[in-house]
Amino acid sequence: MNPILVLLPAAPAGGLIAGTAEAIGAAASIGTPIAVVTGPADALPELAEQAASFGAVRVHTAVVEGPELGAPAADAFEAAARLVQPELVLVPATVEGREAAGRLAARLRAPIAADIVGVTRDEQGVVVRHSVYGGAYDVESAATYGPLIATMRLGSIDDRAEAATPDVQPLEVTASGRRAATIERFEPVTQVSTRPDLRTAKRIVSGGRGLGSKEQFALIEQLADTLGAAVGASRAAVDAGYVDPSAQVGQTGTSVSPDLYLAVGISGAIQHRAGMQTAKTIVAIDRDASAPIFEIADLGVVGDLFTIVPQLTAALEARKG
Amino acid sequence: MKIVVLLKPVPDTYGQRVLDLETGLADRAASETVIDEIGERALEAALRHAEQAGDVEVVVLSMAPADSQSALRKGLAMGAASAVHVADERLAGADYVRTAEVLAAALRKTGFDLVITGDASTDGTGGVMAAMLAELLDAPGITRLESLEITADAVRGTRATDGGSMVVQAALPAVVSVTEALPDPRFPALRGIMNAKKKPVEQLTLDDLPLDEVGAALDETASPRSIMLSVAERPPRSAGTIITDEGDAGERIAAFLAERRLA
Ligand SMILES: Cc1cc2nc3c(=O)[nH]c(=O)nc-3n(C[C@H](O)[C@H](O)[C@H](O)COP(=O)(O)OP(=O)(O)OC[C@H]3O[C@@H](n4cnc5c(N)ncnc54)[C@H](O)[C@@H]3O)c2cc1C
Ligand SMILES: Nc1ncnc2c1ncn2[C@@H]1O[C@H](COP(=O)(O)O)[C@@H](O)[C@H]1O
Repeated sequence: MNPILVLLPAAPAGGLIAGTAEAIGAAASIGTPIAVVTGPADALPELAEQAASFGAVRVHTAVVEGPELGAPAADAFEAAARLVQPELVLVPATVEGREAAGRLAARLRAPIAADIVGVTRDEQGVVVRHSVYGGAYDVESAATYGPLIATMRLGSIDDRAEAATPDVQPLEVTASGRRAATIERFEPVTQVSTRPDLRTAKRIVSGGRGLGSKEQFALIEQLADTLGAAVGASRAAVDAGYVDPSAQVGQTGTSVSPDLYLAVGISGAIQHRAGMQTAKTIVAIDRDASAPIFEIADLGVVGDLFTIVPQLTAALEARKG
Repeated sequence: MKIVVLLKPVPDTYGQRVLDLETGLADRAASETVIDEIGERALEAALRHAEQAGDVEVVVLSMAPADSQSALRKGLAMGAASAVHVADERLAGADYVRTAEVLAAALRKTGFDLVITGDASTDGTGGVMAAMLAELLDAPGITRLESLEITADAVRGTRATDGGSMVVQAALPAVVSVTEALPDPRFPALRGIMNAKKKPVEQLTLDDLPLDEVGAALDETASPRSIMLSVAERPPRSAGTIITDEGDAGERIAAFLAERRLA
């Protein structure tokens, strides 16, 4: 039945981590998705039910609460892996997901496939796909002996599984007693709007240093809201404090492949392009005709963003009627 | 106190990075090898602490091919006191677990109070090494610190995670990784570059490492746990239409988006 284990550490702000539906969908496309969910005792029933609603045919649960970081959840994931004996372990590549994958790989001495964008099966077994060097190469890899532990890039997989009837089984976990760091407090980011998540958005409006200030960066937010798009940014815009670091697109930020990427006041440095050049359609606005972003834009507009963006936002509003 | 900063030599992201289509490994001749910028930030944090606290030794550690020494020297030029370089032909193409085992064994041999890594490398983008090392070394681990405060017996800071940030602290010895939110690294001064030539670089091979202390078997060296099946180059993207604003560019973009059903 080719069990595929999906690791679901609880999101610190509550709920399941981002990418859960994708990971279970990907697992279902090549085998039987079995999820392991950790979190506070009172949240577990709800989390397990959600995992089942995304298609996990069995959900193992383990209570992980208290201030210890990392190790207790790893104890649960290790117990689940030993019980399920999966062919593949899939983990959404969020911060907590990567932590879980790294710790489990170290404990099982199992191979890691990092940041995968696809998973298939051939006669030999599971094959995973990577997009390397900012989308310049497509690479396929497999494990010589498993289980393979793969972290999955968010927004990369369209497969979704049908909801399953919840079959929830608490895990027996022996605490390893490993030394752990202590969480003193957690502060959720205040979500200002119902904007889509950058990592999975179909449309993205990104602003760069050309915006000039945090106040003027609001132009990007307004345009994004008109388009129902997520807000992205260049590293220079993040460094200048115009926007939160989680908005950074590029080599060391988020890698995105939306239907539309609209770059405003972003020159298109190689490290920025590495995170967005696989977008289906790219539109760029920059006053410098020699900006490298124009080399990859489907529509490039040379001009002043401070006149073009308000006009564009107004035109889109008008079309909406 | 000994702080060990992990520097990964990687292909320079400012250049064209090339994969060997036969082996799937980086074509090292095609681009310059530099130390990953995030490692430089980690080193900057360690050096700043060393400058304001007395009696702190900063060591840089890399596992990298023998010819990557010049990249490592930059860490010494920035101000690290010494370097440890693990180079061994048997490590070509080593995967994450093997790399983690080797780095953990090297850390056992070198000794440490605090290990600082980057949150993710620009070539592997794994973002898993710090968590793996915390496990292999049975040390508390904190990934993705955006600030860090080091005291004689603890490390503390703000950790950027999914949907918010945490204030976290750990007793030493500990392993942490840091993000780009940390200050920019310094440029090595001429004097630093001159001094770097005199600083010790300890060259180690697999035979010098206490691999058994981190539960790694030596005979596994030759067997990679994951293999590359295929590598294909994607055709580069080409430019489309470029227009210059004549007062109606906003309208024209709106029309373009509507036509493509993107608005
Ligand atoms: C290891 C490493 C990793 C990196 N990772 C990333 C990453 O993940 N993401 C990233 O973005 N960068 C990254 N960088 C940084 C990258 O090299 C660039 O510095 C950065 O992308 C520049 O951002 P920018 O385009 O906003 O700024 P700039 O390059 O300064 O471009 C600003 C643009 O705005 C235009 N402009 C100014 N005013 C106006 C106006 N009124 N109207 C229209 N246009 C205007 C200018 O013509 C210019 O083209 C990384 C660098 C390194 C070394
Ligand atoms: N071969 C290596 N030598 C030294 N440090 C490394 C090596 N590989 C990874 N690291 C460290 O681990 C961090 C994260 O790497 P990764 O998990 O590969 O993305 C890097 O920023 C380095 O600090």
